[in-house]
Amino acid sequence: MQIQQFQYDNRIPKLFAVATIFWGAVGMLVGVLAAFQLAFPVLNFGIEFTSFGRIRPIHTNAVIFAFVGNGIFTAVYYSMPRLLKTPMWSNLLSKIHFWGWQLIILAAALTLAMGYTTAKEYAELEWPIDIAITLVWVVFGINMFGTILTRRERHLYVAIWFFIASWVTVAMLHIVNSFELPVSFMKSYSWYAGVQDALVQWWYGHNAVAFFLTTPYLGLMYYFLPKAAGRPVYSYKLSIVHFWSLIFLYIWAGPHHLLYTALPEWAQSLGTTFSIMLLLPSWGGMLNGLFTLRGAWDKVREDPVLKFFVVAVTCYGMATFEGPTLSLKNVNAISHYSDWTVAHVHIGALGWNGFMTFGMMYWLFPRLFDTKLYSKKLASTHFWMGTLGIVLYAIPMYWAAFRSYFMMKAFTPEGQLQYQFIDVVQTVVPFYVLRAIGGTIYLAGVFLMAYNLIKTAKAGRFVATETAEAPALEKVYVAPAKAHWHSFFERKPILLLVLSLIVVGIGGLVEMVPTFLVKTNVPTISSVKPYTPLELQGRDIYISEGCYNCHSQMIRPFRYEVARYGDYSKAGEFVYDHPFQWGSKRTGPDLARLGGKYPDSWHFNHMLEPESMSPGSIMPKYPWLFEKNIDVASTRSKIHAMRQLGVPYPEGYEAIADQDLKQQAEKIAAGLKDQKINIPSDKQIVALIAYLQRLGKDARAVSKPVSQN
Amino acid sequence: MYIIIPIAIVSMLIAGGFLVALLWGLRTGQYEDDFGAANRMLFDDSKPDTTGTNKKQ
Repeated sequence: MQIQQFQYDNRIPKLFAVATIFWGAVGMLVGVLAAFQLAFPVLNFGIEFTSFGRIRPIHTNAVIFAFVGNGIFTAVYYSMPRLLKTPMWSNLLSKIHFWGWQLIILAAALTLAMGYTTAKEYAELEWPIDIAITLVWVVFGINMFGTILTRRERHLYVAIWFFIASWVTVAMLHIVNSFELPVSFMKSYSWYAGVQDALVQWWYGHNAVAFFLTTPYLGLMYYFLPKAAGRPVYSYKLSIVHFWSLIFLYIWAGPHHLLYTALPEWAQSLGTTFSIMLLLPSWGGMLNGLFTLRGAWDKVREDPVLKFFVVAVTCYGMATFEGPTLSLKNVNAISHYSDWTVAHVHIGALGWNGFMTFGMMYWLFPRLFDTKLYSKKLASTHFWMGTLGIVLYAIPMYWAAFRSYFMMKAFTPEGQLQYQFIDVVQTVVPFYVLRAIGGTIYLAGVFLMAYNLIKTAKAGRFVATETAEAPALEKVYVAPAKAHWHSFFERKPILLLVLSLIVVGIGGLVEMVPTFLVKTNVPTISSVKPYTPLELQGRDIYISEGCYNCHSQMIRPFRYEVARYGDYSKAGEFVYDHPFQWGSKRTGPDLARLGGKYPDSWHFNHMLEPESMSPGSIMPKYPWLFEKNIDVASTRSKIHAMRQLGVPYPEGYEAIADQDLKQQAEKIAAGLKDQKINIPSDKQIVALIAYLQRLGKDARAVSKPVSQN
Repeated sequence: MYIIIPIAIVSMLIAGGFLVALLWGLRTGQYEDDFGAANRMLFDDSKPDTTGTNKKQ
């Protein structure tokens, strides 16, 4: 057999590693700013590009897709050639992947700051960027599968299975959730409406957590943890079993983000069931990671890389225990819309993703630069800063969540709500300060790491390529038992049974699906009508300013919510909502039934200076809405797009929509004038007021569900 | 809730694809030797290139 020589390229992993650290620092910096804004609204600076509603998506997108994304690619481009004994398939595709991804990140940061957003969490980017992401993802896929096909190692190590599953699923999720109808170059409407949009979004949202933040990082763990510990993974069998069970279960957990909402009950239960089952494969991975260090715990004391890995895997275990717990309805009643969710994701992001990344970097840089780590001590300091940061972040958030829950549901002996929403806000602000300090400490640790790694790089010499040798792979694989492949299963009846059940289950579900088609799942409420053109424009402003980051539009059927916000939300209310605006966090009160609650003048003053109407409010000011004009040129195409999506505007309404818009705007402006407020009727604030005053009004008129068939 | 159909189909496709991958792995002996696989990855036989040519093969 001929021995072949080949090179491993280190340039692309190095680029990705540098990008990981750079974007990590940027994303976390934005996160720290957002955290301080919640305590000190003055830090919104009164300009649109830095207001919380726009900053927060930048933070989440940056840490998920820029920091963790580049972290994934670092791991893939470093480990995959070594595991498969071949260079990456195409150096050109690697470069296109790298630069394409960085350009997407840049475009994402700029467009989000400018208010171009689809308002679907972690999928906020507008359609041209969605297409760019798809293309770069395909490039990555071709490169990855090309490498696998040209490998010199027959066996696909478990890490590679994790990478493959991540690639496939993320591709599917991205495409399905990004179905949107372009209205203009940077504006689109989600293909789905209301409840359906919510289901797609959280099917995507949860699987983004699963297949972007979890499975690729498990692959990373299965490569770098054994490498750093110098011993094989505890149980290879367990790694395979938990891999397959994890990916088969994860897909169905999404609806646990919509418990107690207007989503049909059966879909909620489905999400809960699968979420509970997920505990087992998740802990399989965690235990496998931790047990890999059996007999090597003395190394953990010395080696900063292992320290990071141990805490990372522990955080993974905690977050994946917490996750199924949060998907229980009675627990979710407390946690949903609260800071508990925020704490939960940060255990995952700061602990699992962050610490895995840091450990990988401290392991990788000395090898990329053929030298020793500049300072183990600084790395240990970073470890302790990071750990302290996580603790200081998480505990105040948990505390805040419980305090606000107990305050929200408190009634006086007379049966009145005991606290105003603003009282709750005031109570949690000190916790927000603590959280921001925790985040700052964590971020400072990242800078310490950057310094340490730069020093390491300077002390060594970059190893651009490494040469290795391996025999080529034999073309035909001869199975140990030279029988028909069926015989393998035939010898293993239990396995055959299980696999048959899976196949039958899939077939059965596909057959059952049509029965779910019944439209009665979303009772149509006859009084719910499409938005007027002005309200539609106002809604787009609401979306653009990222109001959904702090305000929900979904009242759950609890006494304390109904008493505070109004009758609970029904699925039929949202049939014209492209996209849905249920939100996932209530930093401010729910707005589902805001319409008519306050006069127009209240909204006018509140948007200009929130504290004038609501002392102690931490909402940013929106002065630019009083300067900028409504984009009336877009009304025609917006109405047209909405009709294409099934919103019943009359035929030819586009032509006269702007007249209606003007009329309604002038009426609102005239009404404000009576209140001694002068505002030209073409300003954005007028449209926003129109939208806010519409919220929840239709369902109030008649609340009798009418079934269509 | 019409949307459940496309979602279910897409999810099924993914799950079905994974199932095929699992069967492929089992058929081609991917999981025959879990001891060797876990140990082999620990050993890197590559050497840094010092000649400075760094040519791709």
